[in-house]
Amino acid sequence: MRLQRLVATAAVTALALTGCGGEKIGDTGSTGSSAAAANCGTFNLAINPWVGYEATAAVIAYVAEKDLGCTVTKKDLKEEIAWQGFGTGEVDAVVENWGHDDLKKKYIDEQKTAVAAGSTGNKGIIGWYVAPWMAEKYPDITDWNNLNKYASMFKTSESGDKGQLLDGDPSFVTNDEALVKNLKLDYKVVYAGSETALITAFRQSEAKKTPVIGYFYEPQWFLAELKLAKVNLPAYTAGCDADAAKIACDYPEYDLDKIVSKKFADANGPAYKLVKAFNWTNDDQNVVAKYIAEDKMSAADAAKKWVEANPDKVKAWLAQ
Amino acid sequence: MTTTTAAAVPRPGIRLSKPVKVAAILVAWVLIWIPTHGTHTLSLSPADLTPLHEWLNEVNDTVGANRNSSPIFLYFFNEIRAGIDALVTFVQALISQPSFGRPVPVLGWLGVVAVVAYISWFFGNWRVALLAAGGFVFFGLQGLWQESMDTLALTLSAVAISLLIGIPLGIWAGLSDRFNALVTPVLDFMQTMPTFVYLAPLTLLFLIGPASATIATLIYAMPPAIRITAHAIRSVPRAAVEATDSLGATGRQTLTGVLLPLSKRTIVLGVNQTIMAALSMVTIAALIDAPGLGKTVIKALQTLDVGTAFNAGLAIVVMAIVLDRVTTAASNRVRQVGTTHRFRRPVAAGLGVLTAICCYMSYTYVWAAEFPDQAGVGRAISRGADEVTLWAQTELSTATEAIKNLVTFALLNPLQSLLVESPWWLVGAVVVLLAALIGTVRTAVTTAACVALLIGTGLWQDSMTTLAMTIVATLLVMVLGVVVGVWMGRNRFADRIIRPALDAGQTMPAFVYLVPFLALFSATRFTAIVAAVVFAAPVAIKIVADGVRGISATTVEAATAAGSNTWQLITKVQLPMARSSLTLAANQGLIYVLSMVVVGGLVGAGALGYDVVAGFSQGQLYGKGLAAGAAIVLLGIMLDRIARASSPSNSPKGHR
Repeated sequence: MRLQRLVATAAVTALALTGCGGEKIGDTGSTGSSAAAANCGTFNLAINPWVGYEATAAVIAYVAEKDLGCTVTKKDLKEEIAWQGFGTGEVDAVVENWGHDDLKKKYIDEQKTAVAAGSTGNKGIIGWYVAPWMAEKYPDITDWNNLNKYASMFKTSESGDKGQLLDGDPSFVTNDEALVKNLKLDYKVVYAGSETALITAFRQSEAKKTPVIGYFYEPQWFLAELKLAKVNLPAYTAGCDADAAKIACDYPEYDLDKIVSKKFADANGPAYKLVKAFNWTNDDQNVVAKYIAEDKMSAADAAKKWVEANPDKVKAWLAQ
Repeated sequence: MTTTTAAAVPRPGIRLSKPVKVAAILVAWVLIWIPTHGTHTLSLSPADLTPLHEWLNEVNDTVGANRNSSPIFLYFFNEIRAGIDALVTFVQALISQPSFGRPVPVLGWLGVVAVVAYISWFFGNWRVALLAAGGFVFFGLQGLWQESMDTLALTLSAVAISLLIGIPLGIWAGLSDRFNALVTPVLDFMQTMPTFVYLAPLTLLFLIGPASATIATLIYAMPPAIRITAHAIRSVPRAAVEATDSLGATGRQTLTGVLLPLSKRTIVLGVNQTIMAALSMVTIAALIDAPGLGKTVIKALQTLDVGTAFNAGLAIVVMAIVLDRVTTAASNRVRQVGTTHRFRRPVAAGLGVLTAICCYMSYTYVWAAEFPDQAGVGRAISRGADEVTLWAQTELSTATEAIKNLVTFALLNPLQSLLVESPWWLVGAVVVLLAALIGTVRTAVTTAACVALLIGTGLWQDSMTTLAMTIVATLLVMVLGVVVGVWMGRNRFADRIIRPALDAGQTMPAFVYLVPFLALFSATRFTAIVAAVVFAAPVAIKIVADGVRGISATTVEAATAAGSNTWQLITKVQLPMARSSLTLAANQGLIYVLSMVVVGGLVGAGALGYDVVAGFSQGQLYGKGLAAGAAIVLLGIMLDRIARASSPSNSPKGHR
């Protein structure tokens, strides 16, 4: 015990001595709030859980902080919960929305807590995809008419005696059961249940040359790693998806748009003007998404790199 | 537990024929299945809804629309939210977030490490103090100091509130049979209802922020505190209570003078289980913006970055192990009260001063406040995990594919066809008959009610698919539980080696190992089963090991002296004597398997798990997800009651 006390005393002395030499907190002028902050205030930006969204949000947040002096609070939320936040005042903007007509009806038309703030310029494409090696080996597989020819190849432990169509992320609307039925395809829809499961399935398909066909979408960072080939379903025409049970056509092209809370729009502050003016292309988003997903940069660093390389685009948003 | 009726059933005559009757029922089931299969299966496609689901959607919408005008919100939920928010923000200000106009929290890393080590020593011992200090420094070396402290802040707040409410309720449940009977189904509900189901409504009631995350955590973490406290109070020997009663003590005196002191050690174990349960919610709470390690895991998963997710998952495991060992040491210490060392007081004072100095320095100096930024260890761990994953994916996937196919075709598919393709009335009748045969009339009534409610959810077929997977997973869990549990119970050395791996299996967030599992087994029902086994087997193994070790040494010696070899010793003495542990292991294994149904939905299990996940992701499926969550709870209650009825320890006598 005496020894322990001795050790303790020695430790105290040592700590005190080394401590005195250190730099004190507050010595170096703390960053402090900049003057511009006053007129922008806090900007609550929802971050939905996929990389493309994060890329868009990171660029908006970077510009809002650097050029407008806003205090950006990023909130990691699933879509549903983010929209719910419009009403409770916890979320100001969702900056990449995939359709979600049900949510628009509920929050824009009925509760009137949200308003649309225009397109992001990104086009969302949903469809059935195969790994590149399959498109190369079976060139005609990308036409839906030939899918039945290959059905037996896609059999798995989950699909019984039919081919497996791997469906996916429960966040996205899918018509695949109706499509399989109405196009008389010899396939069974198997619900993978997450984007992670889909990406892993395609990765393994390419690596082990095992046949996989599944639901996927772009823009998506994974397509930069593996250029999946899209299967052409009967072309989409306006209204062909009116009756969910009778759908026999491809998915429409989604115009990805921005949604903001009513309060945020009415205040018409600088952050709102930025969100409204924001517009870029799929390629732009893919670049930033690649920085984040493949180069493992932080979202803020990725945004900084893109903004510095594209001053003209940023200037155009701020000019409006 | 209300099983007094069990004693009334005359046992001896029935016992012999019971297995025969069970077998007869199963054979009859298969025979009726042959002509009737595929009819009355009550199937519902993933996109379809029943009126119940639509009604639930409407309720949800109504709540949302009235949120800002209803007085219940303005004066009740909002107050609770404000209180919890304030608590969490305060703890965060202390240890994790820049606060009070400073660029850093009040306590820097040195202060936190010192305080944690001091507390661990004070309530535990030197060994756990060293472990705690080492563990916390490890967070810093991983480059995850702030994230870890955010997680710690949220966990501590949730645990504090859980105990504040849970221990008094537990005492009440321990004293009153009626309250106990009332609260048990509620606790079952809280523990088996998938979190995904109530995340969205919680953010509606308590808004997005620390309050919702804390409440989501404590819904899951509070039941162990209540259950174990009640159990502790009930386990106090009757003689001790009667003695005080006869001395004329008041109820209050009995409680504070006898019941609480005598049950203190078990109550500390309840604290331990509450902490573990709270930590298992870290990743899920991150889906509603809970700060901390969970966010790191979820973000990493978006880019399938297994290494980074593993690094953060490892920090959660380390935190769990540290908190587990410290609380266990504390509960052991409670037992040895009165053996305080002569020098304990001065040493405590001296170390207290040392801790205070560390705190002061971490308040004042930058080097002691911010962990020196050297995430080298974290990066090395990530890279290692990536390499192992890649190796496994390329080298093992052919073999694992074969295992998957074997289990799927030989075991899962036949069982699933039997359950799913049978008409609903056939399955219902079989289950109720089995319940009546194994248990009592009461069990059969509960089971029948569960079957009726399952049909009411509109998700009968999905429930049967999930039930098939649950049964297969529980079987695998029990095989592992018996094999590894017996080994650990008989061999201290094996125990010491395996136990940390079991802790990791229980606390490593499932999200971390989903990617390699998906690569090895594809998006299939089997992947879901494997994930459930990884999570559930540790509990079963620990309980079996504990049971085997609990057999008195003299019994084992007597058997050995009588010339039993090892195999005979295990099968004739140790396993039969640990039978009540085996039942408990099966019961807990089952509950843990059910709690992984939703994770299974993320990796190809479909059925109820997918319904819940989809309900969380799409507004129009919300009601269906809620119904699926209820179906999981019903399956859990039904299987639990049947399993309990079949437990041998149950029939002779309940508590009091």
